[in-house]
Amino acid sequence: MTSLWNLFWTFAKVGVMTFGGGYAMLPILQREIVENRNWATDEELANYFAIGQCTPGVIAVNTATFIGQKQRGTAGGTFATLGVVFPSVVILSVLAGLITNFADIPAVQNAFAGIRVCVCILIFNAISKLWKGAVTGRLTFLIFLAVLVLSYVLNISPTILVLVSAAIGIAAELLHSLQGKVGDAT
Amino acid sequence: MILPRLFWEFFKTGLFSVGGGLATLPFLSRMADSTGWFNQSQLADMVAVSESTPGPIGVNMATYVGFTVSGVPGAIIATLGLVAPSIVIILLITAFLRNFQNNRYVKSVFGCLRPASTGLIAASGLSVAVITLLNSKAVENLPAAVNWKAVILAALLLLLTRGIHRTGKLHPIVWILASAAVGVVFHFGGV
Repeated sequence: MTSLWNLFWTFAKVGVMTFGGGYAMLPILQREIVENRNWATDEELANYFAIGQCTPGVIAVNTATFIGQKQRGTAGGTFATLGVVFPSVVILSVLAGLITNFADIPAVQNAFAGIRVCVCILIFNAISKLWKGAVTGRLTFLIFLAVLVLSYVLNISPTILVLVSAAIGIAAELLHSLQGKVGDAT
Repeated sequence: MILPRLFWEFFKTGLFSVGGGLATLPFLSRMADSTGWFNQSQLADMVAVSESTPGPIGVNMATYVGFTVSGVPGAIIATLGLVAPSIVIILLITAFLRNFQNNRYVKSVFGCLRPASTGLIAASGLSVAVITLLNSKAVENLPAAVNWKAVILAALLLLLTRGIHRTGKLHPIVWILASAAVGVVFHFGGV
């Protein structure tokens, strides 16, 4: 049986080798989890990823919980998740400490002012990548536009906008199945 | 009493952010305004550092914010808060909902949540663009209100990451480091 420490360290390894998360993690999981350890098949992994995208939270974390759960139940899911976040906690704590200490140096301030410009472009590129999978028709375009305006102009809480969008999804499917039934009757 | 609040703020972020990557950004932007723990330009720095270090971006940003608020304990508590809803939800799905991702309602809800999440990230991106591409000190005429050095760098980066196929495939860290160098050479911070 897979030990909890084995789960923790394997996912810590996955965490440290992942840059950026999401799909960047897939090839690393394929090698570590499917090929080296046989903890899941390629098909299961694809399935976990699909569910990871259909659940709230960080996709890498959701996938780790799934695989850990399959190996050792609730404790396994928890240890795999703690493993995947462990490198981040260590690395970012060290870096954040360093950056805070050097924040007053003019060169550091200038460097970060330059970096912030780059961040704008990185966010823009991330949006255009997400756009293809997210905005697929009239309804999804309207949701995108409405959320953008309500969030930016009226500063409405993202939590409320997410909940309303989820409700629209339920309403759209209800309407769709009602129309289907009416269509069957006639 | 800051640690329980930190956990709760990140628990909400983990529960409502959908789609991975930068999905947590709009929630952190809101957190900056409502708690005063950090400001919008610090948040932009956190995005850069989180994209340039190993690990999922959402987790890296949580650790960074947590550390800024309350040191190493803060980093740990914020990260645990972020992942707690995931663990609970995934364990519930494995226990009760075998065919979760093929359910019609689940598909429809996430079909609507994806554009919402994209819209939220776009709103955060717009906030970051305003603070970096415009001058913070209120200026009367338009040309002086624009931070031209930043706009030129942004246009150049846009061209290199999207317009030119060969350089578009490079890792973001390349552009972050290059922008840092440009920032130092051309005194982007004005110091």
